[in-house]
Amino acid sequence: MALLRHTTDDVVERQALTVNPAKTCQPIGAMYAALGIHRCLPHSHGSQGCCSYHRSTLSRHYKEPAMAATSSFTEGSSVFGGQANLLQGLNTIFSVYKPDVVAVHTTCLSETIGDDIPQIADAAVAKGFVPEGKRVIHCNTPSYVGSHTTGFANMTKAMVDYFSTSTTDEKIDGQVNIIPGWVEPADMSEIKRLVKLMGLDGITFPDTSGVLDAPLKSEYNMYPDGGTTIDQLESTGDSAGTIALGPICSGPAAEALKNKCQVPQETLPLPIGLRATDIFIQALRKYNGGEVPAEITAERGRLVDLVSDMSQYFYGKTVALWGDPDQLVSLTQFLVDLDMRPKYIVTGTPGKAFLRRIGEVLGDSVKEVIAKQGPQADMLYLHQLIKREKVDLLIGNTYGKYISRDEDIPLLRHGFPIIDRIGHQYFPTTGYRGAMRLCEKILDAFLDRQDRDSPEESFELTM
Amino acid sequence: MRKIAIYGKGGIGKSTTTQNTVAALAEMGKKIMVVGCDPKADSTRLLLHGLAQKSVLDTLREEGEDVELDDIRREGYGNCLCVESGGPEPGVGCAGRGIITSINMLEQLGAYEESEELDYSFYDVLGDVVCGGFAMPIREGKAQEIYIVCSGEMMAMYAANNICKGIMKFAESGGVRLGGLICNSRNVDNEKEMIEEFAKQLGTQMIHFVPRDNDVQRAEIRKMTVIDWNSSCPQADEYRALAANIDANKLFVVPNPLQVEQLEELLMEFGLLEGVA
Repeated sequence: MALLRHTTDDVVERQALTVNPAKTCQPIGAMYAALGIHRCLPHSHGSQGCCSYHRSTLSRHYKEPAMAATSSFTEGSSVFGGQANLLQGLNTIFSVYKPDVVAVHTTCLSETIGDDIPQIADAAVAKGFVPEGKRVIHCNTPSYVGSHTTGFANMTKAMVDYFSTSTTDEKIDGQVNIIPGWVEPADMSEIKRLVKLMGLDGITFPDTSGVLDAPLKSEYNMYPDGGTTIDQLESTGDSAGTIALGPICSGPAAEALKNKCQVPQETLPLPIGLRATDIFIQALRKYNGGEVPAEITAERGRLVDLVSDMSQYFYGKTVALWGDPDQLVSLTQFLVDLDMRPKYIVTGTPGKAFLRRIGEVLGDSVKEVIAKQGPQADMLYLHQLIKREKVDLLIGNTYGKYISRDEDIPLLRHGFPIIDRIGHQYFPTTGYRGAMRLCEKILDAFLDRQDRDSPEESFELTM
Repeated sequence: MRKIAIYGKGGIGKSTTTQNTVAALAEMGKKIMVVGCDPKADSTRLLLHGLAQKSVLDTLREEGEDVELDDIRREGYGNCLCVESGGPEPGVGCAGRGIITSINMLEQLGAYEESEELDYSFYDVLGDVVCGGFAMPIREGKAQEIYIVCSGEMMAMYAANNICKGIMKFAESGGVRLGGLICNSRNVDNEKEMIEEFAKQLGTQMIHFVPRDNDVQRAEIRKMTVIDWNSSCPQADEYRALAANIDANKLFVVPNPLQVEQLEELLMEFGLLEGVA
């Protein structure tokens, strides 16, 4: 029986209600970004439940322990403020868990009572709770503003605010900051690989590769080898430039770095798909003298070859997508380039710029597409659209599996969170190779469906 | 038991009026509890002859949630029971949440139970109802009667009118009603007539006009209510009259807040009249 059998195709204009949102809390993003700093312990300034939810959601997606501390607010902390708890927390954290950095983010509760984190952090330093050379950074993450992507952006910007330093007027030739945005650890590795192939010294921040895809070792290490180091973060102020991937997640940090240390920045779409990866490689060429190594050219060639082999199956196929704006814009572009037809695009992350970006990608075909952002752009709305007129493929996170099952439409899992499959964190969807993987997964979905549904007489061995 | 909340503009004399009225009611033989809902915790100073009391929230902070009624309640003038909810220091935390916490705690501890045999409980609330916490005393099941302390000064009347808007909202969902305006005189021209007219337009009454008298300050300096300090002075009789009027009051209404234009018209009409000889 259909699990969402009460969903009808009657779309009602809603004022307030959100049903199955296509977004989550700011602090999840802040916590994920903070884990991309080497030897950093994220700290949630609020009640325990917030921290538990954020940790467990990250752990369910990355299948790694997401370590984080909490101020464990009680009734008393909400009345008197959380200063006493955070002070005691920092003292305990540095003496017991010994991180290099504690990255504090707020919660709805501590935001609403107005706790002043920098003042508390200063008090912790004055009391001697922060050992020499260790750092406390912070960002504000009220969940009633924006979404998890906003939290990611805020913590990434905090890395600039707290660490980036300009030591000379001369910028370091060939050193480029890469802000990868909220992508899988494997994507961060892939982006770093491309930068290295281009002959550049990249500083990638945050960098969760080696943290949330850390290898299993005989001994448990609370702080795996990965993550951007404090030295690297400080050095971002001397880089020749910054490439921010995705305006929502990476734009604010790049802009802050430009203002603070006069590092020129360029904000690009996330390099998902052929065209967005081309834009990324073009941007890197400005720093390496224009060379593109044969290895990258060959990867691109293989992608183009693959796409031409597959295009007969892709042509005209309709797709519904949901998730985060930076991902959706690049995915939409890629689908259009594959001659597929994105039909419904929703994100719970508020911001009208998203619709403008989608409009730029789609050009004239925007008229055939329904794109929606904000609180009412939820999974119920998407399901209702699909009930009105079906699509051939769903692309989004795990929360789409109910629609997939009820409407019998294949689901390609992409985005955050994916909590019902394992392995995604190890395989990139960025760069040319990531695009090849996306193509393979899309085609597999279509051909599996064809094999399942074709009658005996047309069941093909060779396809 | 009658549960009464006293509201009014900051500095208008809510705490002073409340405590003097409570002293008069105690003199009449009534059993009363006073709950101070101001983070400054100065609502029971005159009844207790000083700020000796530990607030509910201080106790909660120092001793955790295992609090007993005797930890937070002190006996003051005329056997009245005094509680201060207290709150955070200025600029941190959430004072509104503090009031919610402390009133919930008093309820849990049975401060309002029949067995306490209270005739009255008074909530003395911070002047500006800036957030939901400060409206806690007038939410469902809490205070049923509200008296607003005001004067003939413009800002005091604005504040009183604003508080009436709040009462209206809670009156729709709960049983809270306005019992009247207490005019704490600032010697404004035609003050008594103006507040009487203001009260009439709000649909309520001026329950008493408390004249300005420095005996109130003289008593206050000695950390006493007027009745406690000098029970035979004329001002003591004013508070006795106010207490008697509240005790006998039967007029409880849902107020009709005035439009700003109406309020300004009222001020023009009375404020610009020649002073009554």
